[in-house]
Parts: sequence; structure tokens; C-alpha cells
Amino acid sequence: MGRITLDKVTKSFGDVNVIPPLDLTINDGEFVVFVGPSGCGKSTLLRLIAGLEDVSSGQIRIDGEDATNLPPAKRKLAMVFQSYALYPHMSVRKNIAFPMKMAGVPEDEQKRRIEGAAKALNLTDYLDRRPGQLSGGQRQRVAIGRAIVREPSAFLFDEPLSNLDAALRVNMRLEISELHNQLKTTMIYVTHDQVEAMTMADKIVVLRAGHIEQVGSPLELYREPRNKFVAGFIGSPKMNFIEGPVAAQQGAHTIGIRPEHITASASDGMWSGIVGVAEHLGSDTFLHIHETGLAETMTVRVNGEFNLRHGDKVFLTPEMDKLHKFDAKGLRI
Amino acid sequence: MATQHSRSAARLMMAPAVMLLLGWMLVPLIMTLYFSFKKYLPMRGGDLGWVGFENYARFVTSSAFWPSVYTTLVIVGGVLLITVVLGVFLAVLLNQPMWGQGVVRILVIAPFFVMPTVSALVWKNMFMDPNYGLLAHLWEFFGAQPVEWLSKASMTSIITIVSWQWLPFATLILLTAIQSLDSEQLEAAEMDGASAPKRFAYITLPHLGRAITVVILIQTIFLLSIFAEIFVTTGGAFGTKTLSYLIFQRVLESQNVGLGSAGGVYAIILANIVAIFLMRIVGKNLDA
Repeated sequence: MGRITLDKVTKSFGDVNVIPPLDLTINDGEFVVFVGPSGCGKSTLLRLIAGLEDVSSGQIRIDGEDATNLPPAKRKLAMVFQSYALYPHMSVRKNIAFPMKMAGVPEDEQKRRIEGAAKALNLTDYLDRRPGQLSGGQRQRVAIGRAIVREPSAFLFDEPLSNLDAALRVNMRLEISELHNQLKTTMIYVTHDQVEAMTMADKIVVLRAGHIEQVGSPLELYREPRNKFVAGFIGSPKMNFIEGPVAAQQGAHTIGIRPEHITASASDGMWSGIVGVAEHLGSDTFLHIHETGLAETMTVRVNGEFNLRHGDKVFLTPEMDKLHKFDAKGLRI
Repeated sequence: MATQHSRSAARLMMAPAVMLLLGWMLVPLIMTLYFSFKKYLPMRGGDLGWVGFENYARFVTSSAFWPSVYTTLVIVGGVLLITVVLGVFLAVLLNQPMWGQGVVRILVIAPFFVMPTVSALVWKNMFMDPNYGLLAHLWEFFGAQPVEWLSKASMTSIITIVSWQWLPFATLILLTAIQSLDSEQLEAAEMDGASAPKRFAYITLPHLGRAITVVILIQTIFLLSIFAEIFVTTGGAFGTKTLSYLIFQRVLESQNVGLGSAGGVYAIILANIVAIFLMRIVGKNLDA
């Protein structure tokens, strides 16, 4: 079981109010991702749930029980830190055994669980090495192993992949998702990378300055962002925002259109512009288009083989049914 | 970088420093060895010729020799124990965020700036004097008979004085080490259910291992040769005669340079034995 409820939780450091009153429910077995730009309070929120920070007011309930004042060890949560926080003077085996040793789990049971975790995480050959002798990805797996053996009611991940290179990050992303499918345990995952959020989450919580901007499944957030901030944050490349008369025609202060919902053509279209930089990814090409009279730069996703060069004239046509409309306050209409 | 030319130029430029260091070390060593085989009494006839190993034999068979080795080891061991244990304790305390941290840290380091002679005098006269010392007043306040520290508890007194001097050094090194401990490790241990004493034992103390090794090695080098503290306080009486003090007495009080030099060679041997033991016990901590 791992149902976590935050009830009007606030946190201030001195005079600085980091988290204004915040309500959130995380259901058992869910993979929840907290995402937001750096400094939005997502790590603080995770640390409040873990018990590493005290809440200033409000209540945290884990499985219905008030855990607001419980010490971290009693909350039955396991955390994977950004720096992995492995104990450098202990072998991998001892690192993984440490939480069980502290909990007084019998030796043979410890051994069984270590073997199990090592097998699941491909660490069997490395059990007697020190963390310093492992690669980044292996250290990451040891940190996860140390969390698994405690059999916690929920896992907390604090930007666990930010220290890995791009290729490894994609792998670990898959492994963590796979792990979630096997264990079916609640996982809370903090990241600033919206790609991680989109690919892994059952439920994304978008945070800005401690406020929850929107909660929903990845596709809900993609299709119906509640405001301009979420619209701009979710999706890559970023949504194009257009203000002024073109937006007014649609009865909105601002309209948003995603790069993948615009068709580009060399001959005709609704809007026109000049091709700037073209980023070729092979499968797709992202065109940055200037002098459209709409926004400073418009980004458009076209087919990878699309053949226009820097300085060429280009015509753009948006898919009108995929248009997002926002009012003057940035809220969705 | 490593062309033939640059390498020979580097050797040429290093040569003066190397020569100076070599001379600095070799000249006294060779002179000590030279005198240790001579009967040399400056005020009583000067150089009286070669005597072979007689000085060595006389120095070891002297009734003062083994007690002085023992005293040296007790002082070194006692001071190391006190400074390391208290140093770890103080480092942990000073690492806690508190008001006036900077001032407190400077105050803690202060004793290290006091010259050994001065601090020994301060302790001898202001604290440990049985008539007007602060400790005597304290004892009298509780109605007890003041202790004659330097004669009745001479070793305790000297170990206390030397520990007071070296504690700042240990604290400073250990404090910098403790500051480099990743706080996420402590938090991880906390999440893993380790209580504060267990976090100290399993995380902080192993992290300090290398710093403790450095403290022990450096302090041992200096403690083996402490002199001023003994000279100023007990003058080598009441069982506080260390090996270096014994050598001083042989050379300057008995005016027997040959005998003292032989003692010096023994001191080198003792220092090396201690060094070998230390390296075997704690040296492995220095490997990455």
C-alpha cells in the first residue's frame, strides 16, 4: 500500500514561502512525476514527503495515517538521491544491506533479498566492489537496489538521472518504468525534464513557484493544458504562442499551436515567413522561421526529407482544430 | 612537455633545492653518526679518539634508557588518544550551524598559535601551581587538598598540556574533513532507519578515517620530539624524562657529545619503528 495525501501543506524557509498551501493525492501504485523549472519547489515537496524537511503547516497522510511528524525512517518510504548517496566505504553488498541491517532483518533473509535485488538489477557480478569502482549507471542501480530491499510502500526519486549521459538516461528511464510495472509500488519522481515526465508518468504534477499548475495524465496535459505555462512546458519543441490581431480573430488574447500541428509548404499557405536555422534529426526536421509577423520565431516540425534552405520563403498552415486559446491571464478558454 | 631538453632543464633548475635539502638532512645525520663513535667531552679534554660502539652500549645499559622510551611512548599515545577523540567530538559540534560560528572556530584554533614554551609556562604557573594556580583554587573551593600536579601527577599534567596544544590542529583537520561529507549520504542513512549514533558510527566516522590517519601521522612526528613542555615544567624529573630529553641531558648537562649522539641514533631508530607500526595500522587508509 502506498497512498499519500497532502492536505494544505506549506513550507517556508524563514520569510521565504516556498510552498503555498498545497493539496495533492497520490494513489496506491501510481507513478507520479513532479515536473517544473528549477527552483519551483518540486524537490522540497519530495523532501517534505520523505520527512527530511518539516512542514510549516498542513498534514501529510500515508495510507490514511498522519505522518506529518513521523521521522523519515518510520514512513516506510525509500528514496533515491540525485547524487545516489551511496556509502563510499562499503561494498555494494553492504550498501544494499544497510537499511535491512538497521531494521534488524535476519541475516539469511537479508541475503535472499540482496540476491533478488542484484539479479533484478544486473548487479550480481559487482556485489563485492566499492561504489567508487562502478560506472554512473551501475551506481544508480545500486541506489535503486538499496531502496528496493526495504520493500517500502512508496519510492521517491529525486532527479535520479540527471548525472547520467544521454544514452544511459534513456536506458535507465526504461528500466525504472519496467521496475514500476513489476513492483506495482507507488513511485514519486522529481525531474525538470519534461521528456522524462511524459514518457514515465501515470500522472504528471506540473509545479511553478510551489503552486500546482495542473495535474493529469501525460496526454491530458499535452492535449488540454490548463494555461500558457503548462502549454509551454509540456511538449518538445515548445508550443508557438501568437498574440495580437491573429489571436483576436480567434477570440483569444493568445493562441498556441504546437510545431507538429503546422504544415509547411514552399508554394502556398495561411502565413508566410523566411526559413532560419533548420535542425535535422533524421526522422524530423525542426524549422525555425522568422519574419512571419506573428511571433519572433515560429518553430515547425516537418518531415526529415523536407528540402528548404536558410533564407528560403516558406508558407505555413496551422491545423485549426489543434489550436489552443488563452485569455489575457494565460488561462485556457 | 617531456622533451629531452625540458627534462634536463627541469633537473638543472631543481638541483639547488635538492642539494640544499640533501645537505640539510645529511650533514647533521653524518655528524651525529661521526660523534657517536667518539669519546667527545667538550669541557673535559675535547676529542679523546674513537671508541667503537662503547657509546651505544653505555646509552642502552643506562638505567634511564628504557624508562625514557616508555615515557615517550606513553606521552605520544596519550596525546594522540585525547586529541583524536576530543578532536572528532569538537569537529562534529563545530560543524553544527550555530550563531557566532566564525568566532568560535577561531577561538578553538587559538591555542595552536601559542608557543610551546609559553603555553607550558601558563599551565605551570596559572593552572597547576599548588599555591596560587586556578586549579588549586578550584580544589580549595570544594574543600579538597590542592593537587601538586607537576610532581604528583606529572605525566597526566604533561599529557594535558600537550593535548591542549595539539587539540586545535586535530580539530581543524577533522572539521574540514567532516565538512566534505555529502549531506545526502547522511539523509540516505536517515531514510534507511539509522539513528543519530548509528549515522555517526557507520557514515561520519568512516568518512573521517583518512583525516584521522593524517592527524595521527603528523602529530606522532612532532610528539616524538617534544621538549619545551618538559624542560619548562618538570625539567625531566618525576618520571617525565623522554628519550629526546635524555639525549639533551647527556649532551648539555653531562657534556658528553658522543653518548648523546649515540642516543640520537637510537631516537632515529625508535621513530622509524613507530612509523612502521603506524603505517601498517593506519597507512592503508591513505590508499584511495
